[in-house]
This record gives sequence, structure tokens and C-alpha cells, in this order.
Amino acid sequence: MLTLNCPYCGIAADETELSPGGQAHLKRFGPGSSEDEFEGYLFMRENPRGVHFERWRHSNGCGKWFHAARCTSTLEVFGTYSAQTVEPPAELRKTISEKRPGWSWGEFS
Amino acid sequence: MKRYSAFAVAREAFRHHAGWERAWRNPEPKKSYDVIIIGAGGHGLATAFWLGKNHGITNVAVIEKGWLGGGNTGRNTTIIRSNYLQDPSAAIYEKSRSLYETMSQDVNYNIMFSPRGVMMLAQTHHEVRGYLRTEHANNLQGVATTFVGPEKVKELCPIINIDGPRYPVLGALWQPRGGTARHDAVAWGYARACSDMGMDIIQQCEVTGVRQQGGQVTGVDTTKGAIDCKKLGIVVAGHSGVLADMAGFRLPLESVALQALVSEPIKPCMDVVVMANTVHGYMSQSDKGEMVIGGGTDGYNNYTQRGSFHHIEETVRALIETFPMISRLKMLRQWGGIVDVTGDRSPIIGKTPLGNCFINCGWGTGGFKAIPGSGWATAEMIAKGEPGPLAAEFGMDRFKEGRFIDESVAAGVAH
Ligand SMILES: Cc1cc2nc3c(=O)[nH]c(=O)nc-3n(C[C@H](O)[C@H](O)[C@H](O)COP(=O)(O)OP(=O)(O)OC[C@H]3O[C@@H](n4cnc5c(N)ncnc54)[C@H](O)[C@@H]3O)c2cc1C
Ligand SMILES: [Zn+2]
Repeated sequence: MLTLNCPYCGIAADETELSPGGQAHLKRFGPGSSEDEFEGYLFMRENPRGVHFERWRHSNGCGKWFHAARCTSTLEVFGTYSAQTVEPPAELRKTISEKRPGWSWGEFS
Repeated sequence: MKRYSAFAVAREAFRHHAGWERAWRNPEPKKSYDVIIIGAGGHGLATAFWLGKNHGITNVAVIEKGWLGGGNTGRNTTIIRSNYLQDPSAAIYEKSRSLYETMSQDVNYNIMFSPRGVMMLAQTHHEVRGYLRTEHANNLQGVATTFVGPEKVKELCPIINIDGPRYPVLGALWQPRGGTARHDAVAWGYARACSDMGMDIIQQCEVTGVRQQGGQVTGVDTTKGAIDCKKLGIVVAGHSGVLADMAGFRLPLESVALQALVSEPIKPCMDVVVMANTVHGYMSQSDKGEMVIGGGTDGYNNYTQRGSFHHIEETVRALIETFPMISRLKMLRQWGGIVDVTGDRSPIIGKTPLGNCFINCGWGTGGFKAIPGSGWATAEMIAKGEPGPLAAEFGMDRFKEGRFIDESVAAGVAH
């Protein structure tokens, strides 16, 4: 069973306390954007076999959204971090690089 | 290939079954093929089969990283129905359902197709309206389905509790010609027929790269070396994103786990398939007597073929409310598969940005029922270079163009 540390309450939350919210760090596109941009924003998702960044909500806890970095081929959790950011923290990226050398995800690596 | 028949069974009975041949050859890959299909699941094998049968293309290899049928095809709960809402879906699923009726003869392999009927319960007023709409749509599409009331539900499946406290059964969408088939046999039957046509099914061989030159596909890199091809079909379900990445394009889908389980075998108690989409569960009884149970997908990206236990709990909880008599059954096995889910819950069959490279994916939680028809349509596209009428609407451009084939409302759970 998946366990994620909620960065707000600091507790190890069991999966049944959490709601998955899909890919993190999406760039939003609004009126005036091209068809390709809309397609990318609405439908194209990173679907990696490996390092992935996601949004989660501590729905049966503090109720807040946060981010998690996971490996989709081993279910290892690299870490969680606040949602008040547009990119994964440098520290976490370093940890991931030690475990998965050469990884890249969207524009991050 | 020696044909399977009642006579063959009798003949072998007299000689200690010493004369049965291997069902398919296990060849090493050749240097090049006219067509390579990646993925020996049902859809890949059916594509190869119809390439040979309908289009005379037999210099074909089907390349599989594990064992044939070991992906979702061998992990699914085998519900077959065709009463989808949208016209393009009804067309391809109904083609497929009708091909299932003759498949045992077509491939000379008993796939145990059992058109026992599929019933989708309506347990909210919203669902009643939704299914009435599907019934009308299906009548216009020529797909035989009817909406039946709760008494008929009870008559067709006496073990259902139609007066549940939370979600009483208000009716059901009933497709009498839907049913189940033996999943392994579908893969094995096609594999045997393909091998017999001279095609190579290469197992334990993972595709690790897609070779290209000047925007055209030229072959694949595999764990057994490079293999050239003129045309390539990618038919790998949950791993479609990984293969698309190798070929240099992106797909509008995500890979998540879907689980199923079976109970200990019991005496026959249910001779239809029942799906309860509101409470997220469905059940049928296998020929061995096991109750075959499934539910909804997990909520996050996953490639491990393992799902979360609490989804099993939710499914079982829902089904105990619907079928109180199963509350003391022991569950024997539970497993997961990785399904590729698109934004409109419809598959992708189409050309790709890479020349002569075609894709069939996105069947998500409900593609077993589509295997023969999807193979038919994909073979036609690969042979002619353009999608035919069955596949035309399923291209991946539909997301950019806003031409969704929206089945997400029609099929709350799956299948
Ligand atoms: C638990 C569960 C229940 C389901 N229930 C139903 C149901 O009741 N009714 C229904 O209609 N559908 C159902 N489905 C969906 C159905 O199983 C799938 O849609 C269908 O089997 C997909 O077939 P496929 O041939 O596309 O994929 P698969 O059978 O998964 O075959 C793809 C193959 O590609 C291979 N592959 C992947 N990557 C590579 C590579 N790099 N190189 C070589 N080979 C590779 C894999 O090993 C695999 O064998 C269910 C699915 C699951 C998981
Ligand atoms: Zn919290």
C-alpha cells in the first residue's frame, strides 16, 4: 500500500487517506492558445515508466494539495513537497539523480 | 498443422496422445519482415491473423517481451458486449462481437465463446436515463439491446438483491448476445493460426528501440538483435507510452493498474454477466465455478501489474451488497494488469507521426471484447496504409480536433 508523507501535517498518510490528482507542474493554457497547446494541456500527459511527479490531496486529513515524486516501475516514493511551487525542489531532484542517474521528466532532469 | 476435431481426439485417445503437435513454432527472428507487430496480446495477434487472412500478408513477425497472452489479454475478466453509445464504438465492438461468434471455427481452436448475456444494472435515476438513451442509440445502430425492469433482472439472475438499502436495482441494460470467452484460448487460437500461416511469433524478446530513417520506420532493436521491417504495428496496451517514446511521439493516455479476483469454485448459481457501474463492481461465473470479479481502476500511474488493496475491498463490499450470498466465499486469486486509458475512454487506432508506423492502443479497461474486430481494422490499415471505415474515427488527432468518441459517461466502470 502506498504511503506518502503529507508535507503540511508531517504525518505518514496511508493511501486510503489520500486522493490522487494526476500529473504535477502542468502549464496551463487559456484563450488565444493554439490547438497544439490546448491538446498538450488537456490530454497529453507524462506517462513515464520511472520517475513521475504528481499532485495528491490529503483529503481525509488536512485537506490540502501537495506534490509527490514516485517511481512508476517500482512504486518507490522519492519524496513529497509543498504545492506552492512550480518545480520540484533542487534537493529532491538531487536525491532522484542519485537513485536514477540520467532521469528526465518534462523539462526537468 | 493438423486440424483439431472430434476425430483427432478419438485418434489420439487410441495412441496415448502421442501425436499432438506443438500449437505454434518457437522460431528465432529472421533478418527482416514485411510487417512487424510489437506485442503478442490479443490485439497484436488478431492484427497478424487478419493481415494473413484478409490481405495475404504472411511475412510477419509478432514480437513479445514476455509470453504470448501474458499481458492484459491473459488477465482480463472476459466480458464481451457491444452496446456502447457512440456510432464508431458500436460499429467496431459489434463487428468484434459477431466475429467472436465464428472465431472457434475461423481459427480451429475452441475459444469457449459463451453468449450468456450481459446485464448492466441501473441503480440511480441518472443511470436509468443513461441506459434508455443507450438503448435507443443501439436500436438505431442495429445492436440488439433492451432496457429491462427489476422483475426481469431478478428472473435473469435470481441471486441479485434488487432491494438493496442504498442502491436498489431500478432496471438494467440487457444484451442477450453478449457474454464471455476463454481469454487464453483467444490468444492461443490466433497464435496457432498465425504460426500455421508461416508467421513468426517471437517470445521472450523485448523491443528496445524503433529504427527510422528520413521519417520512415526501418525496423526495431530488440534483446535478440536488430530486425528490419517495411511496416510496424505497435500493439502493447499499458506500454504504449514507452513504445511511443522510442518512436519519437507522444500519446494522449496514461497507464494505471486494474485488478480482478476469483473465488473458490462453487456450484452453478449465475448464468449471466452482471455489471453494477454505480457501486463499481461486476461478476460472472466461470465454467470451473469460480466467481470472476472486477471493479474500477487505481487512481495513479503504475507499471507494476500490482494494484492497491483498498480497491479490492471496495469492489467486494459493493458486490456483497448486490449479491448477499457471496459474503462467505473465499477468494482464491487476485491480480492486476496495466491498462492504457485515454481521455474519452475510447481506443486509438491510427497512423502515427512516424511513416509506416501504426498504432493500436488505448483500449484501457475494456478491450478484450474488441480483439477480433480491432485486429480486422488494424490489419486493414497496415495493409492499405490508411485506416478503413471501422478505424477511421479512432485516430489520435481527434483530441486536438475535439472529435471525441466519448464513452466515459456511457461506461462508468469499464468493460
Ligand atoms: C483486470 C482486468 C480486467 C479486464 N476485464 C475486461 C473485460 O471484462 N472485458 C474486456 O473487454 N476487457 C477487459 N480488460 C481489458 C483487456 O484486457 C485489454 O483491453 C486487452 O486485453 C488488451 O489487449 P492487447 O493485446 O492490446 O494488450 P496485452 O494483452 O496487454 O498485450 C500487449 C503485449 O505487449 C507486450 N509488450 C509490451 N511492451 C513490449 C516491448 N517493448 N516489446 C515487446 N513486447 C512488448 C506485453 O508483454 C503484452 O503481452 C481487462 C483488463 C484487466 C487488466
Ligand atoms: Zn495533511
